[in-house]
Amino acid sequence: MSRTTKRRLWGGVAIAIALAWIFPVYWVLNGAFQPVEALRSPTPSFIPTDFTLAAFDRAIDEQFWASLRLSLSVTLICVALAVVCAFVAAVAISRFRFRGRVSFIIVVLTIQMIPPEALFISQYRMLNDWSLYNTVGGLSLLYIAAVLPFTVWLLRGFVDGIPVELEEAAMVDGCSRVRAFFTITFPLLAPGLIASGVFAFLQAWNEYTLAVVVMEPDNRTLPLWLRGMTTVSNEAIDWPAVMAGSVLVALPVIIFFLIVQTKMTQGLVSGAVKG
Amino acid sequence: MSQVTTAAPVDSVQQSPAPTRRRRRTGGAYWFLLPAIVLLLVAEGYPLVRQVIMSFQEFGRAQQFGAPPEWVGLENYRVLFADPQMWAVVARSLAFCLVAVGLTMLIGTAFALVMMRVDRTPRVLLQISMLLCWAMPVIAAMTAWQWLFDTRYGLVNWLLTNLGVGDFTRHNWLIEPLSFFLVATIIVVWMSVPFVAFTAYAALTQVPEEALEAGQIDGANAWQRWRFIIYPSIRPALTIVLMLQIVWDLRVFAQIHYLQGIGGVPSETHLLGTYIYTLGVGQSEYGMASAFALFVLVLTLALTAHYVRSLLREES
Repeated sequence: MSRTTKRRLWGGVAIAIALAWIFPVYWVLNGAFQPVEALRSPTPSFIPTDFTLAAFDRAIDEQFWASLRLSLSVTLICVALAVVCAFVAAVAISRFRFRGRVSFIIVVLTIQMIPPEALFISQYRMLNDWSLYNTVGGLSLLYIAAVLPFTVWLLRGFVDGIPVELEEAAMVDGCSRVRAFFTITFPLLAPGLIASGVFAFLQAWNEYTLAVVVMEPDNRTLPLWLRGMTTVSNEAIDWPAVMAGSVLVALPVIIFFLIVQTKMTQGLVSGAVKG
Repeated sequence: MSQVTTAAPVDSVQQSPAPTRRRRRTGGAYWFLLPAIVLLLVAEGYPLVRQVIMSFQEFGRAQQFGAPPEWVGLENYRVLFADPQMWAVVARSLAFCLVAVGLTMLIGTAFALVMMRVDRTPRVLLQISMLLCWAMPVIAAMTAWQWLFDTRYGLVNWLLTNLGVGDFTRHNWLIEPLSFFLVATIIVVWMSVPFVAFTAYAALTQVPEEALEAGQIDGANAWQRWRFIIYPSIRPALTIVLMLQIVWDLRVFAQIHYLQGIGGVPSETHLLGTYIYTLGVGQSEYGMASAFALFVLVLTLALTAHYVRSLLREES
């Protein structure tokens, strides 16, 4: 077999895999744009023949807006605080030597290994005691701490990647250290900051476990809202609306994800190759 | 900030001559760490300490309503370790983790190797497909799979029936533990493969071309090239991914909790995460739940100690 034929053959395999893997996502889109009757017919239709947006209308109810507000608040608080705190911490461990530096890194790495499921019982009790149970503040606090270790780790990689010599050159030219940092290094860190911000966004927006544990059913984030739509009795599930809801929850994530993913994998791989 | 600036001139004198990563010695760095440390202490450290304490106490429904917790020493652990149901959950979780991680790593690496062998267009198509699946929020993905496996309207039942595999009309996939876990494994593997595929692919692109060519000239076959050239150079990346997958799949909660909520039999399908949840939030057995959670924590740390150690070696 010639080299090109071989490549073509593998190309076919790759496309087949791509189609198989994406199918569940396609099936959601397909369902979201169909009327209820089409989804309940004995033979499934593989393309939305009776195209309609009615499902989105039904999905976007009052609960949706309340959940959207809640999810947005928690997510924005988490992103802002996590990125700022992780950024200063990353600068410290990357640019300075101090007693306890390695211990801090050990702690960050170890915390990453703690499964949330191993802590949620006492976190739940803690929020209960502090009257933070079922509040935006309580949920945000848990989310920030949950994303901090990884954002510190990610940003540290980015800060490490920028040579100190650049700052030093600016300082030779008469800049103060702080100014040198903010005019030279900081702009180069923008991709890292965006990557860690988007990571925090994705985590908080998608999180399910802690939200189930510390939020009441009347106060749902979007993932809980979406789940609520499918836990009614099987006969009553409005499938097109569920599919439309899934699209609504997934869309911002997919957009952000497409923007940032190359940088995230790069950061991850550079960390892996170093290790 | 000011501390950092003023400390600098003195420090530059005693700076170590390391050429690439110069670090300044300063106490000012502690202020930089403070916000992160405070947040981690409050939201992770304090609950952890509390949990350790609670695991040695009788802490149940009565305590929730104000009764003082009673110290019981190792009683919670004794009861837990004597409970065959708990060991069943542990065994089930380990088995699930083993199967899911094994499949994920195999399929993910295989996909990465396919990406290396194809032209640009099929590669980009495959990458976009992986990206979209990876980016799906867990619960959105769960609704997709619930819809595919739905008893009455699910495509899987329709397909299997029409392909003549058997009569799957109104077949319920979640009621039997074994097929419950078949569905759970499919979902978890489907979601995790893209991450493995991308990382493995990124690592594969770093394998030096010359080494591969040299191998080819020396007559190494595909398996030998993989075994002696490719695998050793992508190993570090694969090890990290493997560790992360083990941690993630051992504690898988959202998917199991979701599937239980739509028709699984909880008592027969609990994994570590859902079992803690049921003990604690469900039955208010906080002491027992804490003891079990700590056991899970130790188990996780034992499984990942190797990874943490190898990363630390690089630090010191």
